[in-house]
Amino acid sequence: MSNEVIIKNAVKRYGDFTALHDVSLTIREGEFFTLLGPSGCGKTTLLRMIAGFNSIEGGDFYFGEKRINDVPAHKRDIGMVFQNYAIFPHLTVEENVAYGLKARGVGKAETAKRVAEALELVQILPLAKRKPSELSGGQQQRVALARAFVIEPGVLLMDEPLSNLDAKLRVQMRSIIKKLQRRLGITTIYVTHDQEEALAISDRIAVMNQGNIMQIGTPREIYAKPENPFVAGFIGVSNFLSCEVVSCAGGEAAVSIRGEAAVSIRGEADVRVPVRRSYTGKAQISARPEQLFFSETGMPGKVLFSTFLGDFIEYEVELDDGQTLVINEYTKDTNAVHELGERVHIRFDAARISLYDENGEVLSK
Amino acid sequence: MTGRTNRKIKLDFWFFVKAFVLIALCLFIIYPFYTILTKSIFSSKVEGVTLYNFNRFFTKPYYYRTLLRSLVICSLTTLFSCIVGVFVAYVMTRFNIPGKTFLHVLIILSLMSPPFIGAYSWIILLGRNGIVARAFSAIGLTAPTIYGRNGIIFVFTLHLFPYVYLYTSGAMNSIDASLEEAAENLGMNKLRRIWTITLPVVLPSILAGCIMVFMTCLADFGTPMLLGEGYTVLPVLVYNEYMSESATDPYMASTLSVIIVACSMLMLAFQKFVVDKKNYTMSTLRPPQETKLTGAKRFFASLPVFVIIFLALLPQIVVVCQSFVERSFSGMVQGINLNNYRAILSRLGSNIFNTYFFSVIAIIFIVIIGILVSYVLVRKKGKAASVIDTLIMFPYVIPGSVLGIGLIVAFNKPPVVLVGTAAIMIISYIVRKLPYTVRSGSAFLYQMDPSVEEASINLGVSPMKTFFTMTARMMLPGVMSGAVLSWITCINELSSSIMLYSGKTSTIAVAIYQEVVRMSDGTAGALATILSVSTVVSLLLVFRLTKGKVKVV
Repeated sequence: MSNEVIIKNAVKRYGDFTALHDVSLTIREGEFFTLLGPSGCGKTTLLRMIAGFNSIEGGDFYFGEKRINDVPAHKRDIGMVFQNYAIFPHLTVEENVAYGLKARGVGKAETAKRVAEALELVQILPLAKRKPSELSGGQQQRVALARAFVIEPGVLLMDEPLSNLDAKLRVQMRSIIKKLQRRLGITTIYVTHDQEEALAISDRIAVMNQGNIMQIGTPREIYAKPENPFVAGFIGVSNFLSCEVVSCAGGEAAVSIRGEAAVSIRGEADVRVPVRRSYTGKAQISARPEQLFFSETGMPGKVLFSTFLGDFIEYEVELDDGQTLVINEYTKDTNAVHELGERVHIRFDAARISLYDENGEVLSK
Repeated sequence: MTGRTNRKIKLDFWFFVKAFVLIALCLFIIYPFYTILTKSIFSSKVEGVTLYNFNRFFTKPYYYRTLLRSLVICSLTTLFSCIVGVFVAYVMTRFNIPGKTFLHVLIILSLMSPPFIGAYSWIILLGRNGIVARAFSAIGLTAPTIYGRNGIIFVFTLHLFPYVYLYTSGAMNSIDASLEEAAENLGMNKLRRIWTITLPVVLPSILAGCIMVFMTCLADFGTPMLLGEGYTVLPVLVYNEYMSESATDPYMASTLSVIIVACSMLMLAFQKFVVDKKNYTMSTLRPPQETKLTGAKRFFASLPVFVIIFLALLPQIVVVCQSFVERSFSGMVQGINLNNYRAILSRLGSNIFNTYFFSVIAIIFIVIIGILVSYVLVRKKGKAASVIDTLIMFPYVIPGSVLGIGLIVAFNKPPVVLVGTAAIMIISYIVRKLPYTVRSGSAFLYQMDPSVEEASINLGVSPMKTFFTMTARMMLPGVMSGAVLSWITCINELSSSIMLYSGKTSTIAVAIYQEVVRMSDGTAGALATILSVSTVVSLLLVFRLTKGKVKVV
């Protein structure tokens, strides 16, 4: 049986509230797949539907060819790591990890061997006889991990497993999880609201909002080419600029950035953005702070605020039409420091920014 | 299970649990109370449905006076308990009183002792033939009498102030220290700080304690029965109307029962709609600091607390001493020996056996039902669960004597005759004492994360097996600490037992009551000592179980 997870048209309702609208996904075998989104976006709901803890109001869930909608949770053969670890408080570390093997009727000798191996892999073998109350958060997390993968499940689910750890430990555990997943080659579905964590750990990410999937792609694709303003705003920092596509020809859109003050860089249509389809009318540009730079010419404005952050300086600039932008200037590139109130001009690389039409549909290539 | 067709009721284990509990509750709470309610609108003197008895109650001083007296007793007891309880709570939480933890245990102990033992002991001390009373008259003075209104209030206050103390000290310990510091920083002096910050914040807890005092007072039968003499209160009147040979009137007794229940329901409604609305949730980062007193200041702060706790525990001490004193028929001391114990073992052995036998059976049911019901209330929320939740707490507002009468009138004729059997005693214990276990069990389960159960299911153990091997096991500390309280109140139970017992099913509490009425102090003392020792041992057990964090209320 292949360990692909296929979700077709999943729907979840709580009374009149629809938590999940018609979500379809395919998670490839051995893939580290992340469901990313703000709280309430439906990511945990979807994960719990896969695990069998939430009822399914519509759609089909498959593991390989097997439809699992009607398989009870305890027979789905899925490992799960819970947000608060859900370590059984009355059992030792060893007994916690052995619990799932016992349910599967694995023999004593075999159990002992596999538990020891699992504990070794997460580097807590010396703690085998301890009670959970004697463990730190990070150690409990490792027990939860070992307990989930020791049963060699077809799929491993993780529900915000790092959210209860401090920042340093989180980074450390994140690489342990990633390496372990690579080594075991286990299909993994990971839920988080932390975009940095998602970018660091995933093979592919599904960005979710209000019960819909906004974009599916590799971390690079999602960061560099957000398909809609929501993804652009949720992943990393983005500047949004209202603009207008004046004309469209030869796969390039001529964009004019004008507000009431008719700010433009050069003449009427000055920026040419490579686009995937023809469009004219109101539009929106999103640009990362590092994709903007100070220049002799460009959009005029003045420096409102600056924050020194070590490797770069973050400037807040108010354009003459009233829109504000965040620009990062790297200290390794320049020694110049812009004073508050200084008149500046700002430009960007048209090939790297994202352009959206009035409905938030992506235009740029 | 695709689509929205998944609306039918699942015929699983929990369905049967809910069904069973609902049927049992209807049978043993709703049906008896319904019978009382219907009886209350009939009369032996008038044909058909009538408000004759209600009319009689509110027009005849003999009847309405008891209600007024009950209200006077309850109000004054609540007032005094409030003063004493808040004072002790404040001093105990804010100052370095020596032996604080031990004192806390003693206060809980005095609350858990059988209520009527207080009355009985104070009769031994201050009664007509009392030790203190005689000492007073020997030097030509008259000791204050313990009989009548003031005596009842005095004994009630000493027995019930722990409710206010427990609620208030719990709240005082959870006020973040920075709250009072903020007030101080803003320029408030100490007294105004207490008045404007501390008191208002703990006020809901104080009121909750007061309501417990009021309701217990309203339902209690033993104390006013022993001390009242001519001063008859409502529960005593219910007993007289129903039990006394001269004036057996089940209709009037039912009417009186309805009136008592109406009073308690009013109190409960007051709590639900006024007090609970005012509750504050606080995050306590820093618990309040204890002020270190020294020398005379410490002595004068501790002294009143010691005196109050001593007075509250005095009945227990008196009872134990009394149990070793052999008296002649005329009350002369014959010697210090174990004759009282020999006497009760030979004469009242079956009472002792019954008490523990009934309580053990009741507690087995209470633990099993308690675990299942707690789980349903917390994890299987729905219409059925909320009905069970309301019904199961109903015995809080029904005084024991009323439930006793209800069970009698409901089960004294075919098809089901339970009156006079052990079963009816055990049923009344289960129904009345189950709330302790359910409350403690469900509170415990609320703090348990459901993901632990899900983790077990996820690892391949079926939900049913997970419940029995994992959840039920983990709930056990919460359920057991509640069950010990159920147990303590079972063995000390008087007000429903006295209605329901027959010659063969009499218990220790009933026997103590009868011995006291018969002025047989020694044997009553020996019986009471047995109960007290059992209570202390059980309480120590619950302290061990909960590592000292017992929640009695």
